Amino acid sequence: MLPARSQILMPVRASTIMGSFALALFLNFLPWPDMRVVPDFVALVLAFWCVRQPRLVGIGIGWMIGLVADAGNGVLLGQHALAYSLLAFLAIWLSRRILWFGAALQTLHVALLLLVCQGAALLVRLAAGDSFPGWAILVGPLVGALLWPAVTWLLLRPQRRAEREQAI
Amino acid sequence: MDHTPPPFFKRGPAPLVRLFFFASLSLALLVIDARFRYVEGLRSWLALAAYPLQRIGTAPVDLAARVGEYFSTQARLVAENEQLRARALAYAQDAQRFQAAQAETEQLRRLIGAAERLALRATPAEVLYVGRDPYSRKLFIDRGAAQDVRPGSPIADEDGVIGQVTRVHPLVSEVSLLTDRDQAIPVQVVRNGLRAVAFGAGASGMLELRFMSAVADIQTGDRLVTSGIDGTYPAGLPVASVVRIERDAEETFARAVCQPVAGIERGRYVLILANESAHPPLPDAAKDRRGDKARKARAKAKDPKEADAAR
Repeated sequence: MLPARSQILMPVRASTIMGSFALALFLNFLPWPDMRVVPDFVALVLAFWCVRQPRLVGIGIGWMIGLVADAGNGVLLGQHALAYSLLAFLAIWLSRRILWFGAALQTLHVALLLLVCQGAALLVRLAAGDSFPGWAILVGPLVGALLWPAVTWLLLRPQRRAEREQAI
Repeated sequence: MDHTPPPFFKRGPAPLVRLFFFASLSLALLVIDARFRYVEGLRSWLALAAYPLQRIGTAPVDLAARVGEYFSTQARLVAENEQLRARALAYAQDAQRFQAAQAETEQLRRLIGAAERLALRATPAEVLYVGRDPYSRKLFIDRGAAQDVRPGSPIADEDGVIGQVTRVHPLVSEVSLLTDRDQAIPVQVVRNGLRAVAFGAGASGMLELRFMSAVADIQTGDRLVTSGIDGTYPAGLPVASVVRIERDAEETFARAVCQPVAGIERGRYVLILANESAHPPLPDAAKDRRGDKARKARAKAKDPKEADAAR
């Protein structure tokens, strides 16, 4: 039972998953000028693996990566961990549904996931007594969702067979 | 979508249960971190794990800057050199006058019996990156506990105060900028010595003097320097200049909006000032609840025999 227009992929390697998370953390630590409009790459990659490999990458891994992100960004320990575990849960829950849609509708689903993730972080910060940083904070998740087709293409590359091989 | 058949009967707890478990773990961590700060050790270890990625993260910007420098023209370098030499000359004169003035001040302080001010030790550091958190204003610098940075040290650049070290990791330190909403710095107006406390105004990148008396003698353009009475920031460092004063007839207080003089949002190099003056211990009331507990423990440990011996 495979979604329409999909091809049979090779099994994923653990090194691909780890490498993609390391790359996403690296992108998050780049000195961006305005953090509000930059997408959270780790959230995006986590959502991707939870949708594609729900039995390999799950809530526990999201939580641990969230802790590293918390310490690296110097925010309250547990903020990203909470947001990422929520994101992982929603992505796993929706994973069977999302893959049946085309790229545009998948993007809409992912936008919702990333907005919920950002919203959880926002609620934590507001509860901790910080002020609202402005509506620009919603731009980051939307930009992230627009990157979804590119992320899908890039992260599925190692699993795709060569065209010729597939024809045989 | 891998090829192995799913193990139908052993898939571990349901996702909802796992979510519940990890969410409660996160909430517990959040409360422990925000209220009691018991998890600093764990945070240091995690920060060490993130350090290589942080370090690599700054590499592309460094590389771009290096390449840009490499292609700067000879004429520009000569001009810049000349400019720097002129500035060094001016600074040398200032430094000579400063030394004379300092000697005189010390002598006068000795005459009136005031405590001598200790010299400041300044360590240069490089800004690694600006914190990703849009809710607070932070910098990360490339010096940490391994280089003997202590929490609470003031951070300045060549124009004035930038902020304060709020957390020290093994290899990096977090600096809270003055414009952070939770930062406060005691200041003094240069013109008349009026004391006040400047608070960060958050996203606007400004500082605020709140709750000034409505008739306080403060004007637009006044320069503010640190007053040094908190024992954290040394006295006399430039902080900000007043750009706007809001006096509302309905309010009892005036509010002054100030522009920081230091390059808080720009600049790559900063100075860590080690304030080594000896402070009297804080009064007990100012300590937090943990201090309270520690005091009780100390009181318990001190048995009557020891107390007698001490007497």
